[in-house]
Amino acid sequence: MSGQGQRLNVVPTVTMLGVMKARLVGATRGHALLKKKSDALTVQFRQILKKIVSTKESMGDIMRASSFALTEAKYAAGDNIKHVVLESVRSASVRVRSRQENVAGVKLPKFEHFTDSAGDSKSSTDLTGLARGGQQVQACRAAHIKAIEVLVELASLQTSFLTLDEAIKTTNRRVNALENVVKPRIENTISYIKGELDELEREDFFRLKKIQGYKKREVERQMQAARLFAEEKRVEEVSLQKGISFLAAHNLLVAGAEKDEDIIF
Amino acid sequence: MYGFEAMTFNIHGGYLEAIVRGYRSGLLTAADYNNLCQCETLEDIKMHLSATEYGPYLQNEPSPLHTTTIVEKCTLKLVDEYKHMLCQATEPLSTFLEYITYGHMIDNVVLIVTGTLHERDVQELLEKCHPLGMFESIASLAVAQNMRELYRLVLVDTPLAPYFSECITSEDLDDMNIEIMRNTLYKAYLEDFYQFCKKLGGATAEIMCDLLAFEADRRAVNITINSIGTELTRDDRRKLYSNFGLLYPYGHEELAVCEDFDQVRAVLEKYPPYQSIFSKLSYGESQMLDKAFYEEEVKRHCLAFEQQFHYAVFFAYIRLREQEIRNLMWVSECVAQNQKSRVHDSVVFIF
Repeated sequence: MSGQGQRLNVVPTVTMLGVMKARLVGATRGHALLKKKSDALTVQFRQILKKIVSTKESMGDIMRASSFALTEAKYAAGDNIKHVVLESVRSASVRVRSRQENVAGVKLPKFEHFTDSAGDSKSSTDLTGLARGGQQVQACRAAHIKAIEVLVELASLQTSFLTLDEAIKTTNRRVNALENVVKPRIENTISYIKGELDELEREDFFRLKKIQGYKKREVERQMQAARLFAEEKRVEEVSLQKGISFLAAHNLLVAGAEKDEDIIF
Repeated sequence: MYGFEAMTFNIHGGYLEAIVRGYRSGLLTAADYNNLCQCETLEDIKMHLSATEYGPYLQNEPSPLHTTTIVEKCTLKLVDEYKHMLCQATEPLSTFLEYITYGHMIDNVVLIVTGTLHERDVQELLEKCHPLGMFESIASLAVAQNMRELYRLVLVDTPLAPYFSECITSEDLDDMNIEIMRNTLYKAYLEDFYQFCKKLGGATAEIMCDLLAFEADRRAVNITINSIGTELTRDDRRKLYSNFGLLYPYGHEELAVCEDFDQVRAVLEKYPPYQSIFSKLSYGESQMLDKAFYEEEVKRHCLAFEQQFHYAVFFAYIRLREQEIRNLMWVSECVAQNQKSRVHDSVVFIF
């Protein structure tokens, strides 16, 4: 894995260790949350997929029925009925409105059709083909409105499908990045810091050991010195009892030696 | 005059009657329709049609064939035949032939007026007009803003002028008025045609009045059925019925107050010729009525060929040809849309 062996460039200190641990906790929680989000999105995705399949299946029939209704209208009302209807339209009566739906933080566009009452929806077309085929024109109109409904629904589903697909991909990428890059890196860093800190501790321990040894030796030396001193003292006392100071004799010796050196120069 | 026309008819009308009877034998037969119904693709239909009179019109069509192309070409053939007959005709047959196209003319005028109201391009609208209903000044219809102007500037020079003078009362042109205007015009046209045929006298009058009466009655029934549940009031509805026909006047009074299909049925069952149409339909079934009427119409038009020395054959021929184009449209749509099970639902065999 690319994340393995990598670590963040940090100073190995206890503070940084704390920071890193906090980051690891954060990354783990983020990973769990994103995973949940991805699951929720996938559930939604599957539902939409199912709906798309069923809508597409029904669309085939409905489109066929509506185009056949047009044929029936043409048959009954004459070929020119198409133009008569087309020319009498002022504005669209069926319109599409879009809104957003929130699924696990992803904004899905949804389309809804509605009938615009402001447009000339009913009264003008009602009399079309009054003398022949008016009923067929109405039937054709109804069939096509149904077809438009299905088309709008399908468009809405398809758009949601694409958006959701994109969102799922992004989320999965994030989940994978967290799982395979960020978390190992932080873990590596933590283990690195821990290793460094252990090293430091061991060094400290060793130093302390050394110092302790030194101190011990020093104490022993002093003890030795004290013992020597005490012995000397005793010798002194003994010599004093004999009449001559051992120390003075010693001093004389020393003084004599010094003098000798001076003479040489 | 009746009976003597056999002596003088052929002086002016004999040649054209021969021609129209020749054209009639070019109509598709039941065997042709059976072949067409077996087709799998539009190419097959084209192949079958190339063996009929439509052959020359379809042979140069490039391969991705469309239903509208077929219909367009078939209409073109009808128009060519009509124009040929019109060129050869003398009075009063030429007037009679012109009368046949007034219905399309009314449709075209209404189409252009509607399009102009919604600010469409006139050239585009002209392409959509039915070729049988074209007249010279049709393009200038677009300048009109209200009924009075429309009448004064354009229509006064057309044969439709007398019909418009009746419905000129409505000043503004809006969508509701236009559909009513179309039907008022058509009513006026039918009445005028009826009077004209009566004036011609003889077998022409006898047969044509019968055919036109059927047409008027059918319109009355259709208007009634189609206006059920709309804003059209009873009086308005009553005004759109033509003032002749089998249903006039008592049937019209009854139709005017009908509120659903079964009431219409009850009214029409009192009239023996229509009883047979309705006896084929089950109760509450209004969808098949169109086909039943078309079948009856075709039957009557075919019968018009049984007599000689009269003008009704021209009218009947044009109408039969139109029905044939409708049939072809239906068959090719069914084939194109893979709905072959429905092919036989609406095809009306002519012979």
